Amino acid sequence: MTVTCVVNGTPRQTDMAPETPLLWVLRDDFGLTGTKFGCGIAACGACTVHIDGEAVRACQIPVGDVWGDVTTIEGMAQGDTLSPLQEAWVRHQVAQCGFCQSGQIMQAADLLSENPDPTDEDIDAAMGGNLCRCGTYSAIRAAIHDAARVLNGGRAG
Amino acid sequence: MSRLGKITRRTLLVGAVAVAGGAAFGVYQIRKPVVNPLRPEQGASLNPYVIIDQQGISIIAPRAEMGQGVHTTLAALVAEELDADWENVRVLHGPPAAAYFNAALAHGALPVPEYNMKDWQRRVTEGLGAASKLLGLQVTGGSTSTVDGFTRMRMAGASAREALKAVAAERLGVDVSDLRTELGRVISPDGTEIDYRDLAEAAAMRPVPQVALRNPDDWTLLGRSLPRSDMRAKVTGQAQFSTDIMLEGMKFATVRICPYLGGSMAGFDPAPALALAGVEQVLDLGDGVAVIGSNTWAAMQGAEAVEIDWTPSPLPATPDAIFDQIARAFEARPNSTMRDQGAPDEVAAEIEVEYRVPFLAHSTMEPMGATAVLQDGHLTLWVGNQAPREHAKVAAEAAGIEVENVTLHTVFLGGGFGRRVETDVTRQAATLAAMLPQTPIRLTWSREEDMRHDFYRPAAIARMRGAVAEGRAVLFDAKIAAPSVTRAAIGRIIGREMGGPDKGHVEGAFDQPYAIPNYRVAGHLAELDVPIGFWRAVGSSFNGFFHECFIDELAHAAGRDPLQFRLEHVGAESPVAGGVLETVRDLSGWGAPVPEGAGRGVAMTWSFGTPTAVVIDLERANGGIRIARAFIACDPGLVLDPAIVRAQMESGLIYGLSAALMGEITFTDGRADQGNFPEYDALRMFNTPRIEVAIVQDNPHMGGVGEPGTPPAMPALANALFALTGQRVRTLPLLHHADFLV
Repeated sequence: MTVTCVVNGTPRQTDMAPETPLLWVLRDDFGLTGTKFGCGIAACGACTVHIDGEAVRACQIPVGDVWGDVTTIEGMAQGDTLSPLQEAWVRHQVAQCGFCQSGQIMQAADLLSENPDPTDEDIDAAMGGNLCRCGTYSAIRAAIHDAARVLNGGRAG
Repeated sequence: MSRLGKITRRTLLVGAVAVAGGAAFGVYQIRKPVVNPLRPEQGASLNPYVIIDQQGISIIAPRAEMGQGVHTTLAALVAEELDADWENVRVLHGPPAAAYFNAALAHGALPVPEYNMKDWQRRVTEGLGAASKLLGLQVTGGSTSTVDGFTRMRMAGASAREALKAVAAERLGVDVSDLRTELGRVISPDGTEIDYRDLAEAAAMRPVPQVALRNPDDWTLLGRSLPRSDMRAKVTGQAQFSTDIMLEGMKFATVRICPYLGGSMAGFDPAPALALAGVEQVLDLGDGVAVIGSNTWAAMQGAEAVEIDWTPSPLPATPDAIFDQIARAFEARPNSTMRDQGAPDEVAAEIEVEYRVPFLAHSTMEPMGATAVLQDGHLTLWVGNQAPREHAKVAAEAAGIEVENVTLHTVFLGGGFGRRVETDVTRQAATLAAMLPQTPIRLTWSREEDMRHDFYRPAAIARMRGAVAEGRAVLFDAKIAAPSVTRAAIGRIIGREMGGPDKGHVEGAFDQPYAIPNYRVAGHLAELDVPIGFWRAVGSSFNGFFHECFIDELAHAAGRDPLQFRLEHVGAESPVAGGVLETVRDLSGWGAPVPEGAGRGVAMTWSFGTPTAVVIDLERANGGIRIARAFIACDPGLVLDPAIVRAQMESGLIYGLSAALMGEITFTDGRADQGNFPEYDALRMFNTPRIEVAIVQDNPHMGGVGEPGTPPAMPALANALFALTGQRVRTLPLLHHADFLV
């Protein structure tokens, strides 16, 4: 039995059991290793991806239950052109070890699609499920504000 | 010479690194050039740090990139002298090789406080660095990477540049002194440009030129905040960590090892696991099992399903009994008394108190993992690690092959903090690869496996006696008991028992720049077999807490402002340390009235060559206590990349605050009671304070930056809690004692 889902715009098939969490299909079958395993219980956010634009924890979603198009960190840039959030991440030199950053970016993208001009409090609330052991939080917050400015037609800074 | 003669073999064993005794090192061996480990097919390598091929310039970073930005700064050292085009430089991890020894590991070897080391003592430690070369200690740790690379990597860039210029001079028929270099090209007086790529092969054949280094005033890359070399890969998901390697025919594995530490496995029934879809094999590892599956999730489900008969742990059965065992160390003579001034026994103590801190996990974002394949007797491994030669050696042993038949690729580390010096996951991956030859294995630990099989920051107890007179401290008498990280971790690396006074055990307490007439710090080593290891700032992470909370108690006993009290004891002893206290005072506006419902605390620790002071502001909000703001001032001397230094200070601070607030590993029947983030959490964005960092550059000696932010964060938080509530908490984590918002 195979399961089909659309990942980063491309239909993909897997032979893995339908109850297998999406995370492991992405990583072990599709080779999309930008999505990370951190805890397996939705407590760290390292595996955050989008389903139909909504941020979800891929470690908790059986691949057979995926209800829409999946976007992973590999699907954020268009060729060599980074998304506005990724550009902001580079401008603010956010990443340290980098292991949590795919999940941070996917969570932040969901926030900005819901709330194009978030306050600090909005950002804190939206990002609380994404752990970073290097402590890059202040740079993440600054990068989200900066990306919001760019998306709203302002200048990067 | 007589003073040098005191640097005995025993003394050599006490530092941040063990310089194993017994071998006779000749001057010839020390001066012998290192062997370049880079292979010709990788491109023209002008020395162990520079490869130039038709794609461009690659710089080899001899240290592991675990988030601290070391790839960027080490590569910049080479690029500065090489005149490479920074935007187009690639940075690679070096292979396991003696050429990449870390000489600066030996800088902490002498049992004297770093802040007032004499010039002759610094020369001795540089001499010990030569011994590190002979041992080939290729280790990332101790906040040493930049100090170690500072001269050597600039020399590598400069000599490569001169070799390229010499080839160009011959081709162009001009004098080499008429040539200049810029953005990866040699340029002649008439404007002719030759790309390094077209000179590299010929340059690699030439003897290495000896050249002088540039004046720092002429630097164009160093001293600036550079774009990190790893940033783009890390925001696009392209950065490869230990379990991100895709290989044809790969199988996916996890392990389940006896969680009762020191216990083992009496037997197991694989049948329930083998009944699950995707589970292919259950393998006996002696003290546990490995499960091989068609994907990692199947392997993890399988590992849970195996029925295993564990044998018990020899450890004391309860957390209290473990602390009792640590306290027993006070009954024996101290292992060291590295600070011993005045006559502490003759001064009556006004304050006698005990502090306790718990075991801590590293809790890196990336759980332990590795990828390995044994093909035709050759083992290839991909593992993010802090000690490539040790990992390669252990892998060879596990696979039953010679180390020459191991290729080890160091990939990015999803956090290190000392955990990835340890070779346990590499041993497992190599063992599995040897059990299943020709089959690539991706081994991923569950978070629970990671948290329950750590090499923990040890728990520790301090017994303090103190007294004040006329506004000054007149007695500071500390006894510190903990199991020895130095003995445990270095013993594992060098494979022998360590002896002698253990400096790492008391660093952060004995070596602080305070002038106190009766000042003693004694270290007592506890006998306890909990696996322990290096952790961000290790000894200084608990001793800094003990020292700086107790200084706070003395300040309050003296009725003095805690920051001013510190300054008066520190300023004359070390103007550099006094400088960071003054800086953090000014940065935080210390001295202004603190509003009702707020409290601020201060602490300062000198660790890894860098005095670092922290002020923490607490506020009552929504019925709890919020860590509102943090101010941090450090003086690492010459700063090569201000943004990276700032990021490391914030990072170390948050790591320390997380531990002080909520970090605790306890053991019941020898098994860690905490298995995942809900039981062992850390600060998140909403409870992380706003942080301001000030960098001072008055220190005449370059210090580290990866660790020094951690030690002062913990006591500053506890001291702020005292200021807010009047409650002196002497046991971590603080969350057990106060209602913080988390």
